[in-house]
Amino acid sequence: MEPVVLAENLRKQFGTFTAVDGISFFVRPGECYGILGPNGAGKTSTIRMIYGFSPLSGGALHVLGQDVTNSRQLRKVKYRIGVCQQENNLDPDLSVLQNLEVFASYFDIPRSKATARAQELLKFIALENRKDTSIAELSGGLMRRIVLARALINEPDLLILDEPTTGLDPQSRHQIWERLEGLRARGITILLTTHYMEEASRLCDRLIIVDHGKILVEGRPLELIREHAGRDIIEVAEPDAKLRSFVKERNLRHDDLGHRLLIYCGERDQLYREVSDYCRDGCTLRTATLEDVFLKLTGRDLRE
Amino acid sequence: MNRSSLPVISSRFLRIWNRNFMTYRKTWKVSFMPPMLEPLLYLAAFGLGMSGLVGDVSWRDRSISYVVFIAPALLSVNMMYNGFFETTYGSFIRMYYQKTFDAMMATPLFLEEIITGEIIWGATKSVIASSIMLAIISLFGLIRYPEGILLIPISFLAGLAFASIGMYFTAVVRNIDLFNLPIFLFITPMFLFSGTFFPLDTLPGWAQALAYGLPLTHLVEITRAVAIGPFDTLALWNLIYLALFSAIFFPLALVKMRKRLIK
Repeated sequence: MEPVVLAENLRKQFGTFTAVDGISFFVRPGECYGILGPNGAGKTSTIRMIYGFSPLSGGALHVLGQDVTNSRQLRKVKYRIGVCQQENNLDPDLSVLQNLEVFASYFDIPRSKATARAQELLKFIALENRKDTSIAELSGGLMRRIVLARALINEPDLLILDEPTTGLDPQSRHQIWERLEGLRARGITILLTTHYMEEASRLCDRLIIVDHGKILVEGRPLELIREHAGRDIIEVAEPDAKLRSFVKERNLRHDDLGHRLLIYCGERDQLYREVSDYCRDGCTLRTATLEDVFLKLTGRDLRE
Repeated sequence: MNRSSLPVISSRFLRIWNRNFMTYRKTWKVSFMPPMLEPLLYLAAFGLGMSGLVGDVSWRDRSISYVVFIAPALLSVNMMYNGFFETTYGSFIRMYYQKTFDAMMATPLFLEEIITGEIIWGATKSVIASSIMLAIISLFGLIRYPEGILLIPISFLAGLAFASIGMYFTAVVRNIDLFNLPIFLFITPMFLFSGTFFPLDTLPGWAQALAYGLPLTHLVEITRAVAIGPFDTLALWNLIYLALFSAIFFPLALVKMRKRLIK
């Protein structure tokens, strides 16, 4: 099957700064594909090229079989994608329902059909009784749901989400996730950027972790965890010298963060019992997560 | 740049026009107020107050009352303001604070269509406000008819010219406060020195030459030629000036906007 997104050696340059440095990937129909990375890794620059906001600096990019560098083909793509940008850029001059209706008009959807579709989407995001509310009165979480509904107004073949849950409270985040899972079940292709690992593990079939404009790894979340962080992790607070020499002696895979030591382990119970002898301020045995993979690959230094 | 990546402008710009018209209708009662009341205030101030001091003025070798002289100028200033302020403050707020253009660009619309829609909307606002003001001024018998009807298409052309240069400024100013510069250096001098409140020939030659470089001077001459007469070849040259002015600043605004927003 033809990929929904096919990026080959994609590059984006801002003056002398390289935001996207030759990345290649493809998204299959019906899958949820994640682009993960710390702030400034090149996630947004990448998807902005995909939805035709930014011109390419190099490489090739096909979306839904069309070459996006050709404006005639790009227009066709723009009709068939739905985009949830990072900001809640709803139209504050219009009501909730009008926001959806006006957006529908940009897709040449006739008025009566637009209203029906808008009502349907408001129901989907459980906001049908807020249709006449002005945007300014809504909380961030509600706005986000409307932005999502707005991105679905044209029944897109590809839904592009740029950090869909950044800045939301846990309730709102779960609301969004449930909706996205519903959409996934319907077979809509989703391309998602995020720096929440929980979000990526829960939603993405496959993902890439990018940093400094380059792909570090690609794969299924679980496979990436197994490969890079193992099955379980013993986390030791305030490790002492004895533990450190024990780890060295046994040649265990670990990360020493100073006040905290992470030991990546396969055979969990036995090792945990042994390590427990060295625990002063507490040891935790937990399942390895995508976050461990992410931090391991992109480092623990703060980003700008 | 190959041909296929050149900017495209289709009739889709009307969607943006529609969006703006929709929001305008929400506040039309407030928007109708200034063009209705402003001419009354000006005519009262100048008609009752100033004209006693000024008496009659000469226009194309004819002596006319001061109120007849300034009525077309009030209309011209109104056209300028409505076009200019819509694509400066109005568009800047939509672009910069509301990120409305960003959202629109994630739809089938291209940037050039969005900006075209904004400029045409600015021209439309000039038409709406001018029509209201024209109706009020006409009540005082200050406009000759049927020629006066021509002022409506003229208000579109004028709106286009000033909305285009307004959008150009929107594309180049760093923040909203910097609009004070074009207003202080361009709009206000025009308001005062474009033959609006006194005939240009009372100015020294160099100042007259300077005034003829300004678009409002030409607009005031057109509106006077229509409202008072005669509509001669001179007025045609004024029209050509405004058309050229639009033909320069409209594409320039598109180019500068692309430079600002497409990254």
